[in-house]
Amino acid sequence: MLEPLQEPFMQRALAEVVLIGVAGGALGCWVVFYGLSYAAESLAHSLFPGLVLAAIAGVPLLLGATPAVVVAALAIALGARVAGVSREAAVAVVVTTMLGLGVLLALSPRSPPGVEALLFGDPFGVADADLAAAAALAALVLLSLRLLHGRLLVAGFDRGAARALGVSPALADAALLILLAAATVVAVQGLGNLLVVAVFVGPATAARRLADRMLPTMLLATLLAVLAGVGGLYLSYYAGTAGGASVAAAIVAAYLLSLPLGRLLAARRPARVRAEATIA
Amino acid sequence: MSAEPLIEASDVAAGYDGTPAISDVTFSLCSGQRLALLGSNGGGKTTLLRAVLGELRIFGGTLRVSATCGTVPQTERSRLDYPVSALDVATMGTLATLPWWRRPGRREREAAGRALERVDLASLAEETFGRLSGGQRQRALIARALVQDAGVLLLDEPFSGLDRPSGERLEALIGELAGEGRGVVIATHDLEQARACDLVLCIAGRQIACGPPGEVLADVGVLEATYGGAIVELPGGGGRAILPPHHHHH
Repeated sequence: MLEPLQEPFMQRALAEVVLIGVAGGALGCWVVFYGLSYAAESLAHSLFPGLVLAAIAGVPLLLGATPAVVVAALAIALGARVAGVSREAAVAVVVTTMLGLGVLLALSPRSPPGVEALLFGDPFGVADADLAAAAALAALVLLSLRLLHGRLLVAGFDRGAARALGVSPALADAALLILLAAATVVAVQGLGNLLVVAVFVGPATAARRLADRMLPTMLLATLLAVLAGVGGLYLSYYAGTAGGASVAAAIVAAYLLSLPLGRLLAARRPARVRAEATIA
Repeated sequence: MSAEPLIEASDVAAGYDGTPAISDVTFSLCSGQRLALLGSNGGGKTTLLRAVLGELRIFGGTLRVSATCGTVPQTERSRLDYPVSALDVATMGTLATLPWWRRPGRREREAAGRALERVDLASLAEETFGRLSGGQRQRALIARALVQDAGVLLLDEPFSGLDRPSGERLEALIGELAGEGRGVVIATHDLEQARACDLVLCIAGRQIACGPPGEVLADVGVLEATYGGAIVELPGGGGRAILPPHHHHH
């Protein structure tokens, strides 16, 4: 059990999946409750040309991913303003354009070997500099979620009343999308472009079935994401499966396990409401 | 009754994407008054409530709201699967008083707890909002407005889907809140509810009439314009009633 931990590449991979789990699990709960799963998927795909350019230039992936997210966000905002184009259509056009551009770059002769790791992820390949950047971004995401918690809760619950309660729903959305972009940059190194959305959506949807308050849901989602990450790495180490895909598979397994567990918990909850109704 | 109105609307036009959904709306609501906002579904009741809340741009006229507005939206709109308790919902009313980086603490939760006691929901403070009954959810949202110290309460179809005891309980609570000097706006398509209020404002895209219920509801022309002619005379001198409108749930 402890044998893989002797390997430095495994230690770095474990640190990476823990960081991914911490940033992705907690934030994923907001992504799910705000209905931003499609946005999360889109953001990840939009990063791709930036990642490939960073790989070609030999600079940290962060330096490529960040401008790519900004370009994609602006393009979506501008595209949605064109008359007759819905926001959903604008997202789809921008995302496929960015992903296509990334693939063109990745298949160019100047592209270094191993760019498929950018698509499918390679938690075993992260460098120390990537880890340090990921740790800083994960800390930023957690701190922001802590500070914004009350406001995010209000805007997600009742957009119509939010303004009267002193919360701008548009600002809440914008803050979540920025955090989502930051967390995607953290997670994309380990899980890759195509699988990264798993860490936002999987643990959060599982946790949501098992907890009925926001903070416990977030803690549980984080725990599930970290456990699935570590489990996926062990699976990959012993079964020789691809790292990113193994982590994604473990996340899906956690979700599937939550289905019967959630039903069991729901059946065991006391029926307090009905009791009060008979008194009233 | 104080001289200064809580809401003063004069020729207000408001709507979505540049198209007015309501126009020519003129009324004023004073402290302690209950105003019934009467109209069929799609007539602009919710639009007017959103305009008062400051959510919509006003195209024409002036709308002055000089009190904090607490809103009780239609329950099917609030998310029933959201992971919050009744106490969490009431606590949301404290946010406007806190700087943006602060989460509500013990003092805020105590204030929310007192508001839940006030609406007789203290025993269900820890229950998940989505698992409360319709009337209990309305009361939790009223508690949120009380925590906000709202001078005006905006209730959107508060009685729809409530059984008779829950409806009566809610009506008594609304009466008490008006008695404390709050202004209450109740959007409804129920003539009986409207009769119990101090003022009735009829809208069908534009304002049809506004005044005391005794005047406004006695005028068959007003009711027909408000509801598009679906008024029936009850047999045996039972007065007038509206044919139940088709329910469109958004």
